Amino acid sequence: MSDIPNPAAPFADPRGASLLKQDGRTKRRNAAEGRFKLYGIVAITIGLLMLLTLLFTIISRGTGAFQQTYVTLSVPLLEDKLDKNGNRNLEDIKKVSTFGYSPLLNAAFENKIETAGIDSDLKAKAMAGILSKDAAAQLRDHVLANPELIGSDAEFEFLTNSRVDGYLKGRVSRDSIANDKNISAEQLDLVDALIADGSIEKRFNLDFITGADASDARPEAAGMGVAMIGSFAMMLVVLVLALPIGVAASIYLEEFAPKNWITDIIEVNISNLAAVPSIVFGILGLAVFINYMHLPNSAPLVGGLVLTLMTLPTIIISTRASLKSVPPSIRDAALGVGASKMQSVFHHVLPLAAPGILTGTIIGLAQALGETAPLLLIGMVGFIASNPPESIAEGLMSPNSAMPAQIYEWAKRADPAFYERAWGGIIILLVFLISMNAIAVLLRRRFERRW
Amino acid sequence: MKDNRYSESDVTIQPVKIAARNVQVYYGDSHAIRDVDIDIADKTVTAFIGPSGCGKSTFLRCINRMNDTIDAARVTGDIRIDGEDIYDKRVDPVQLRAKVGMVFQKPNPFPKSIYDNVAYGPRIHGLARNKADLDDIVEQALRRGAIWNEVKDRLHAPGTGLSGGQQQRLCIARAVATEPEVLLMDEPCSALDPIATAQVEELIDELRQNYSVVIVTHSMQQAARVSQKTAFFHLGNLVEFGDTDDIFTRPQDPRTESYITGRIG
Repeated sequence: MSDIPNPAAPFADPRGASLLKQDGRTKRRNAAEGRFKLYGIVAITIGLLMLLTLLFTIISRGTGAFQQTYVTLSVPLLEDKLDKNGNRNLEDIKKVSTFGYSPLLNAAFENKIETAGIDSDLKAKAMAGILSKDAAAQLRDHVLANPELIGSDAEFEFLTNSRVDGYLKGRVSRDSIANDKNISAEQLDLVDALIADGSIEKRFNLDFITGADASDARPEAAGMGVAMIGSFAMMLVVLVLALPIGVAASIYLEEFAPKNWITDIIEVNISNLAAVPSIVFGILGLAVFINYMHLPNSAPLVGGLVLTLMTLPTIIISTRASLKSVPPSIRDAALGVGASKMQSVFHHVLPLAAPGILTGTIIGLAQALGETAPLLLIGMVGFIASNPPESIAEGLMSPNSAMPAQIYEWAKRADPAFYERAWGGIIILLVFLISMNAIAVLLRRRFERRW
Repeated sequence: MKDNRYSESDVTIQPVKIAARNVQVYYGDSHAIRDVDIDIADKTVTAFIGPSGCGKSTFLRCINRMNDTIDAARVTGDIRIDGEDIYDKRVDPVQLRAKVGMVFQKPNPFPKSIYDNVAYGPRIHGLARNKADLDDIVEQALRRGAIWNEVKDRLHAPGTGLSGGQQQRLCIARAVATEPEVLLMDEPCSALDPIATAQVEELIDELRQNYSVVIVTHSMQQAARVSQKTAFFHLGNLVEFGDTDDIFTRPQDPRTESYITGRIG
């Protein structure tokens, strides 16, 4: 014992001490261990609390976007207003613009008050002001699609404007609209009366999930659907490009490439690329794909290419890790029975690494799905796509937005109704991300092998 | 000990199958194998013994060019199988490995069915014309691997589900399925229990009928039991090579004597 150089510490002689009593050193060690466990529990608790707060905030603020207020009206489709010649010629009917439909809406409100016995001092035009600015266009589209309805009274469900919607959701009150030119207290009285009558109700709004974005004045009509298609188009590009390129590159680097300084440099650079901020890829995409190659602005194809660049390192790293995790004995076994290098890789190594590769790819895709910064630079943010694309080629080449870009766009608009939609959009995005991660976990569980 | 009963029965002189002359192996800067000259006979079991790190496995892996897969490894010298230089530029290592089968230290069946494990080699080498042919080859190989009776009812069960000894015999069956002429075994029993070891050793003795078997082993008893010829490696040198009987009873070199009596290694 004399060669242990620790003269400062008091010399503990373990011999003869009772096992039933902890000595000082053991007590200190146990205390340290206890403290460490406590730190861990505290850290996990803080993390969980944050997560719960986040989820609670998102859900409590976002669920409103999935509901929308509708008013049911019976609109008299007067023949002398819509089809003056009376011959139901579609070209003639088309000449009537949305302005021509506004009086019909006013008339519909007048009828409503009469039949429901509501007492209101408002002029018909002011009453129609509780409708969305979309209502006249909605009516016109429907009439153009069904010209035979002209001359009859048709039942319609119109979106109310966002203030009325906010009133039903508790966001707008009579106090808060004191200085609001968009709605008056009298109009809210009318809304109350219509609620009592059962004509105004709040219900699930499928259009938020499937519809297109809308202009600043019509938050009630804005939806996520077209941005979702944009995101899907980008994911398609990423999957088609990044998976084969990434897997091929990893197989070559891992199994075939000689180990020398060139491959070392490539390896280091791939790891570095994974850490490059995504906005750098965005500006690269702007410079190369748009300015140099003249691909269209705001196109999901360009977004997909940029996200491919961003996802490739992730896929390469995870693919190489899963190739590495295949035991070398399997390669030896294949080579030992006379398989060529390529046969050993494609018959044995790759199938065993496949679950890991797929998991890495899905995680890479999920990361790309939630990416906003590079899209800022190639013009996919702030673009209002009003119609869903008609073909896959158009979906790739025509300007579109993407889910996270759409959320960002809504969040920066002034109207609180858009703010609510931004939270709702986050819920949709999170549902996608969580399901993708769940698929990754399931794949890993399903195909996990032990040797 | 079952003693040297096989060695005593080995009276016929077999023709040389593998001839190595002046073989050097380098791993980067280190010189792993020095000046190895050896003649390995056909239809004979040749054992390589020696302490860990002496180069016996390295030399074994030269015979089917498995060292090619290690970037840092460099082999010089001359190794001939049936008079053909296997390091000739025209030789494709893949073709060589079909001719020189290998069994590894740790049983390494593919994570596929028992049938597919054995059928893989014949499939990639096109040895079977049709399904019935392939079935025959698989059955023959499993019989020669002395495992047919244990697995014939579950050919489509995964090979990884077998016990360690069964897995190793499956690997031997897989190696013989490609009709090799030489069978290299790199410590085939070191991961097995004594019963499985005995089964594999018995199998090795049977394989001698058809193949030139080279076995690397850490166990001198095993070398004495299964081999007719023994080569003792030490620090990368082939110290002594001769009949197993002679090596264990009348070693010529003092290093061999020290090793077999337990003083070095």
